[in-house]
Amino acid sequence: MLGAEDMVAADSGVSWQQRHTLVTRGTHWLRLVAMLCLIGSGLQIFNAYPRLHWGHSGNSHDAAWLEIGAMGSPAKGMVRIGGLDIETTGVLGVRVQDGRPVLLAFPGEVTIPGERDLASGRRWHFFWAWVFVLNGLLYLGLGLASGSLQKKMFPTRAQLAPAHLWHEIKEHARFRFPRSEGALDYNVIQKLTYLVVLFGLLPMMVLTGLTMSPSVSATVPLADLFGGRQSARSLHFISMWLIIGFVIVHVGLVLFTGFWNLMRSMLTGTFAYRKGVW
Amino acid sequence: MLLSRRSLVIGSGALLAGCDKLATRPDVLKLLGSAEGLTLASQRLIGRDALAQEFSRADISPIFKANGSKDPQEAAYLAHKASGFQDWRLIVDGLVERPLALSLAQVKQLPARAQITRHDCVEGWSAIGEWAGPQMGGLLTMAGAKASARYVVLHCADRYGSSGELYYESIDMLDAFHPQTILAHSMNGAPLRTEYGAPLRLRVERQLGYKQAKYVMRLELRDSLDGIGRGKGGFWPDRGYEWYAGI
Repeated sequence: MLGAEDMVAADSGVSWQQRHTLVTRGTHWLRLVAMLCLIGSGLQIFNAYPRLHWGHSGNSHDAAWLEIGAMGSPAKGMVRIGGLDIETTGVLGVRVQDGRPVLLAFPGEVTIPGERDLASGRRWHFFWAWVFVLNGLLYLGLGLASGSLQKKMFPTRAQLAPAHLWHEIKEHARFRFPRSEGALDYNVIQKLTYLVVLFGLLPMMVLTGLTMSPSVSATVPLADLFGGRQSARSLHFISMWLIIGFVIVHVGLVLFTGFWNLMRSMLTGTFAYRKGVW
Repeated sequence: MLLSRRSLVIGSGALLAGCDKLATRPDVLKLLGSAEGLTLASQRLIGRDALAQEFSRADISPIFKANGSKDPQEAAYLAHKASGFQDWRLIVDGLVERPLALSLAQVKQLPARAQITRHDCVEGWSAIGEWAGPQMGGLLTMAGAKASARYVVLHCADRYGSSGELYYESIDMLDAFHPQTILAHSMNGAPLRTEYGAPLRLRVERQLGYKQAKYVMRLELRDSLDGIGRGKGGFWPDRGYEWYAGI
């Protein structure tokens, strides 16, 4: 799967870097599958009670900070966030199917299963949650133990210098990314982003999920850590959107900075670059 | 190769429909359900005897959402309710040395445990309430639970929805003897109201709402869940939900 650019490069003395180990590559793609299944089944579970609260407790008798639902007759789809009502008929809350209104917070296209089915959604969610956690522990455990994760992801002192940080921000704003030896190491913004995702967002997702378990929250005082079970549910939902945002930017930058080369490096492990510093 | 918009729409529709068939195939759901055993084993490993968080009276929900059956219409239940549960008896039988038949007055005379806990519905919402009633462990000791007993099956008085089947639930002996597992006859300092399961309901605080059986009539100790309902150990487990509802 060599792109035209890579073949030209092959003639002009391209160098190869063994970039990703088999474990890194395998866990990367398994993480993607797990995340897609978790998001789809998570939206299915959300649909069973499409309201979010802060605190330990919260139900249909209490105020919600976010609510997706149907209001009025004929039913209009609404997202109510804070005091603001946004009409979303056709997408969120209500859509018309075969001439009849279907009341569903998130539409069937993005939920697993596509029909309202909380029991099956939970099976999907907890199975893939286990895969996601074990996969993550394998990746982090081996990466940290071998030191490769620190080497790849931790910024160097020079990279953290304010002048360098400012330089990188300007380079990113201009969409200028190195393709030669400068691309061998992750840049500082990339490193910091990966660290926030790996040690912030993804563990946050697991911990807020576990907080909702009545058994785990009896054993570990997670509910107090996040301000209560309903707060944890809200943070679980918010973290999901932050992770989706990361994935969109991540895929966008892969497309922009050499799709085939980066795909090859995440599939076979080898990354091509040109000699000389740019 | 260019794909027309139409073939893309049809193609992605077929893909989604294919995925969706996969999502609810019984063998797929069975495979995914294997995670339940792992969840149970690991939760028992880390917190076998852990106590669910208890709250203060200030935390009690202004309105505790009632769910499931709220006003059973079964003739036997209506007759008990009309007579103030005069002739109602809590039966404890099955794998016990001394089967019990306790009146509501006798149940209320037993030492009670009071606890303010969070009720977590499988749908995602929570409510906080104060419950009081005898510990299930004490009742089982009174009845002399046999060593062969592995489960307590709770038989209830209500038929949920249009299913026509009586509600039931079951827990294992570890949860049955957990100090916070009580048969509550009072809620927020008053006798249990109909919508919350009068005269007696289960509180098994480390599991979800559908395990908290209401309108409890009989505790049956068994060594297996086969042969009751559809064999999965509860009304909702028979309908695809996990028997172990610790998550």
